[in-house]
Amino acid sequence: MDFSLGDRAEAFRNEVRTFLGGHLTADVVERMHATGTFNDKDFNAGLAEAGLLAGAVPGYGDRDPIELYVLFNELEKAGAPYDGLAVTMLVAGVIHAVGTDFHRAEVLERLLTGRYNCCLGYSEPDHGSDLAGIATRAVRDGDEWVIDGQKMWTTMAHEADWVILLTRTNPDVPKHKGLTMFLVPMDHPGIEVRPVPTMATERTNATFYDGVRVGDRWRLGEVDGGWSVMGVALAFERGVMGGTNPAVPLLRHVRQWAAEAMSPDGGRMLDDPLLRERLARTAMANQVSQLLTLRAAWIAATGGLPGLEGSMAKLYATERYQQAVGWFQQMAAAEGLLSFGVDGSAAGGWIDYDGRHSPVTTIYGGTTEINRNNVAERHLGLPRSR
Amino acid sequence: MDLDLTEDQETIRAVFAAFFDGETGPARAREAEPTGFDAAAWERLLETGAPGMGVPEADGGGGASLADLAVVAIEAGAQIAPLPLVDHGVAARLLSGLPNRNGSEPTVDEGILAGSTIVGLAIRPALNGSARTVPSGAVAHRVVALDGDRLVIDGPLAEVPGAGAGHLANHGCLPLAHRDLSDATVLATGPEAVAAHARAVDEWRTLTAATLVGMAREALVLGVEYVQEREQFGRPVGSFQAVQHLLADLPGLIDGAHLLASKAAWAGDRATDGTTGVLDVDANDVTNFSALAAMALIAAGEAATLATDRSLHVHGGYGFSEEYDIQLYYRRARALTYLLDDPARECRRLAGMILEPAC
Repeated sequence: MDFSLGDRAEAFRNEVRTFLGGHLTADVVERMHATGTFNDKDFNAGLAEAGLLAGAVPGYGDRDPIELYVLFNELEKAGAPYDGLAVTMLVAGVIHAVGTDFHRAEVLERLLTGRYNCCLGYSEPDHGSDLAGIATRAVRDGDEWVIDGQKMWTTMAHEADWVILLTRTNPDVPKHKGLTMFLVPMDHPGIEVRPVPTMATERTNATFYDGVRVGDRWRLGEVDGGWSVMGVALAFERGVMGGTNPAVPLLRHVRQWAAEAMSPDGGRMLDDPLLRERLARTAMANQVSQLLTLRAAWIAATGGLPGLEGSMAKLYATERYQQAVGWFQQMAAAEGLLSFGVDGSAAGGWIDYDGRHSPVTTIYGGTTEINRNNVAERHLGLPRSR
Repeated sequence: MDLDLTEDQETIRAVFAAFFDGETGPARAREAEPTGFDAAAWERLLETGAPGMGVPEADGGGGASLADLAVVAIEAGAQIAPLPLVDHGVAARLLSGLPNRNGSEPTVDEGILAGSTIVGLAIRPALNGSARTVPSGAVAHRVVALDGDRLVIDGPLAEVPGAGAGHLANHGCLPLAHRDLSDATVLATGPEAVAAHARAVDEWRTLTAATLVGMAREALVLGVEYVQEREQFGRPVGSFQAVQHLLADLPGLIDGAHLLASKAAWAGDRATDGTTGVLDVDANDVTNFSALAAMALIAAGEAATLATDRSLHVHGGYGFSEEYDIQLYYRRARALTYLLDDPARECRRLAGMILEPAC
């Protein structure tokens, strides 16, 4: 085994770090938390101009999944706005894998400029974990499809140029076999976006589709073949494209705070033995999370689909993150409750932020329970329990 | 980057997996209780060259890397082999790295290389000429210990305590014993001695982590097999989601500890070749051997204690009975996790490496 990134990936990482040093300003970070939109088109375009974005598309160009991991891991560790970018690049990867020449010319090329975005239209008000049960209908009408329904958690829909939309095209077959995926331009008539504020700083949306007419050329994959397109999208999503190192910035923020903050027992917080133990445990868990993610990237780089390994990385990383947030929130006590920009807030308000943000991490992108089902059934070989 | 074993390591893995499966395993571990030593299996192990395989070729050993030894330790752990392989391997490497002080006898002699002379390592500093609760202390002919700033070796004992009066009955049925160092020979003194011992204990952390990974892996297998066979309410208990989810947490935890132990071994081999590594937790960049060895033991201890706990629990009452094998794994996982120190204190020691010092 060799745990060094290698010359090529290391050079790429240095390029990303240099870019972040110049472009990830305090303004960019402040704006993302103030607006709740974890997407910054100028920042994304800067990445594209620096030649760093083409490599962010899974399977596209000459960069491998290790470099894809490196890019998103560096963005995540630095606290950069990358949620919108990750989704957009994931869709770019799906288009690259199953799209047509039209999709590549019309969408993929634009996505690579950093100026355009996609959002994910999977979940619905009544269908979250049971995704294959979705009710949004697409009915064929000549060379067009007419779409009616509602999607939930369409984060970035208000910034997006396209939504990748999972629809039901055949209600008369088993639920997984009657689904079709579309790439729908968000400027089509009949689409409405309503904001859904969250308990954290990030904003998400509900989107409504009322008689939206799209040409058949916007279909992504086969008619009634939507579930296999989902499979491609989910394999990209879990693990490699960020989301498994959220406790790295947390540890940095708490460490910096603890070096300055006084303990009620006297001395600095950083001298508190329990805090030191917990900082060390968090550093250990951050390494494990990184290694589990790297393994998923490694499997993808050597020709495999790391669906299960991505599930394991997400399970481990998100639960450890929540545990660490709980520890530090408790230990920062009253000052840990204070928000961004408030006089006296512990770690500049980051503990409050992580306390608000962390609950969603074991829910979105496949809940902890769905991931445990995956591992139980497909890795341990236990009987299907649903 | 390469997360696959080398071709040689694949061979090593297959050979030792077959060896431990054939010559050791839960039934043999049970027979070897309470001492925790299977003399017949050790005799067979000598034929494989394993005892001296980690000593450099220049000193007459097999020239295996720490990464190679970790591959072997995982397979030994999976079969809870009652053999002092890790202790002996680490102690032999420690001895071979020392300058020959008086020139009268080679630091690593033929007996140690072959394994007919078993060497143990007192992983904790000795106190007042006595090394307390030494792993392999009941079966080692000689034990290397750090007494103050002196690195010493006791023995060779004509007769080891074995199952006799010197053996300390214990939770994991490990061959533990106290060792009297009053007649021990001094091998090195001063900072050099302290550093040599510290390096050896980091290797012990790494290989013990690997052993725990193997135990955890097999404990999970035992749990999964049991819940597939055992039926209640007319169905296998493994079909219930509440049971499945107890087990589904474990593969990621075990694989994570496995990756971390492998990374620690890789960093240890790089350190041998003169690459110090970095230690930057703000960027989650850690290639420093000592930090990774500490992390690996903490992570593997967590994985093995939880895996054996969950696996025992899903066995129901049978898990608690002596008859089933899971209790053997349960007790050994705890013994190896707590033998060096309280993991919380290990965390604070790690904090001393990654944070500025406490005032």
